Amino acid sequence: MHELPQTLVNGLTLGALYGLIAIGYTMVYGIVQLINFAHGEIFMIGGFGALTIYIWLPSGTALSLALPLMLIGGIVASVAIATAAERFAYRPLRGGPRLAPLITAIGLSIALQQAVWAFYPDAKKPRSFPQFEGSSFEIFSNLHIQRGDAFLLIAAPVCMLALGLFVSKSRAGRAMQATAQDPDTAKLMGINTDRIIVMAFAIGGAFAAVAALSHGLKYGQINFEMGFIAGLKAFTAAVLGGIGNIYGAMLGGVVLGIVEALAIKYIQDIPGMDQLGGGAWKDVWAFTLLIVVLLVRPQGLLGERVADRA
Amino acid sequence: MTALLEVEDLRVAYGKIEAVKGISFSVEAGQVVTLIGTNGAGKTTTLRTLSGLLEPLGGEIRFDGQPLKGVPAHKIVALGLAHSPEGRHIFPRLSIAENLQLGAFLRKDSDGIAADIQKAYDLFPILGERRAQAAGTLSGGEQQMLAMGRALMSRPKLLMLDEPSMGLSPIMMQKIMHTIAELKSQGTTILLVEQNAQAALSLADQGHVMEIGKIVLSGTGDALLHDESVRKAYLGED
Repeated sequence: MHELPQTLVNGLTLGALYGLIAIGYTMVYGIVQLINFAHGEIFMIGGFGALTIYIWLPSGTALSLALPLMLIGGIVASVAIATAAERFAYRPLRGGPRLAPLITAIGLSIALQQAVWAFYPDAKKPRSFPQFEGSSFEIFSNLHIQRGDAFLLIAAPVCMLALGLFVSKSRAGRAMQATAQDPDTAKLMGINTDRIIVMAFAIGGAFAAVAALSHGLKYGQINFEMGFIAGLKAFTAAVLGGIGNIYGAMLGGVVLGIVEALAIKYIQDIPGMDQLGGGAWKDVWAFTLLIVVLLVRPQGLLGERVADRA
Repeated sequence: MTALLEVEDLRVAYGKIEAVKGISFSVEAGQVVTLIGTNGAGKTTTLRTLSGLLEPLGGEIRFDGQPLKGVPAHKIVALGLAHSPEGRHIFPRLSIAENLQLGAFLRKDSDGIAADIQKAYDLFPILGERRAQAAGTLSGGEQQMLAMGRALMSRPKLLMLDEPSMGLSPIMMQKIMHTIAELKSQGTTILLVEQNAQAALSLADQGHVMEIGKIVLSGTGDALLHDESVRKAYLGED
């Protein structure tokens, strides 16, 4: 149990990463009831956007100076792709059968992955991502936080706080809630719901870019495939927390991250389970959790029952 | 003087099924005009087309002198046409105050908005008492009050009310009809769709009877109220 605090913090960081990506799934679903399966790639492209800026900067630029610019680069890349996907891939299909945008999303996901693989310089192999120099922060003798993780642990709550305030207090945020609850009536209030939908995609993209930058700092590399499993985990987090609910997305992410971290560390200590521990099985435990939650509480941890949405 | 709202040969279809088959009517400023008729007559379809939620198949709509063809719903509100939809459609997870503020979404005069919210609370005191409560927790009648209050928040030139008495208790229905009468006496122009023909016609300056997508009879509210065929078909007399 000496390592429990460290395991929990590792889980929390991983979970915050999932949660940031999950916001994109949950916002888009909340407004247009679409699962944007290309969102994992929007996350991945944010990472390459940030890396591009880093490469452009004169070599030797301190990471602390480069970071804000990389963040902007990542956000620009992710938001551009997310909003373009909305405008050109999803909007023409709105009002059509529900399956059409879903298939489009999967196709778009593959196309974006392959585009980065084919056209980004040297992206056929993982590309190394700049790292903070210096050792990790020692909180207690048995609890260390890596510098890359520290960025994530600050960025995630700041982003959530900003989003929470935006949605509940601003005029656009209220229009967004109205559109999510009743799009036709929102139009009758004078709300341009098309613009609200674009905004949902853009916010999701920006959060994905913050996540991608965090991911690069945490693992020291990014690659064209990283959106697939991260996207799947984040989607799991969104469903776990109650899809459509922004706080649920972050909560779902954190729960998922902590369960994964605990499973990696401790499952093998359970008698008879010694074959099932370690990193190789972490995805199994993540999706097992999803299945259990869907059985026990199908609306997710913070989700409303569908009947309440009518 | 031209009318505030002019509808000419309006036709609306869902796919291949024509729900409104060429109707014409007009609403003058200060008037209360009602469309009555049974379920499926095309009344709600007409209102949804006027507010831009549905696209007409043909015909013309002119509001305040401007053709509405191709104008999206969120811009039609800006022209002064407010629509309180059938089934009330309040935003259930927002508070009463937030619902009213959304009614004034396009206005920038925060003082005027605050004053109008107060006016809505004066008109419907129960809304004022529960202003911080989620709108979904209100009773049907209270939700109807909120939907009407919200529609008024845009300071419309024309208020369209779709089935305001639907599903309400007789007492609540009376209260809603009383409120509509009060709005009329204040000079609000109203296009009222109702199944309760008796109540609607006794309020209305003009009435139109719709049957399967067509206007089959028009007249003053009084004349229709005393028309024998209307009495038979809609007022339950033999």
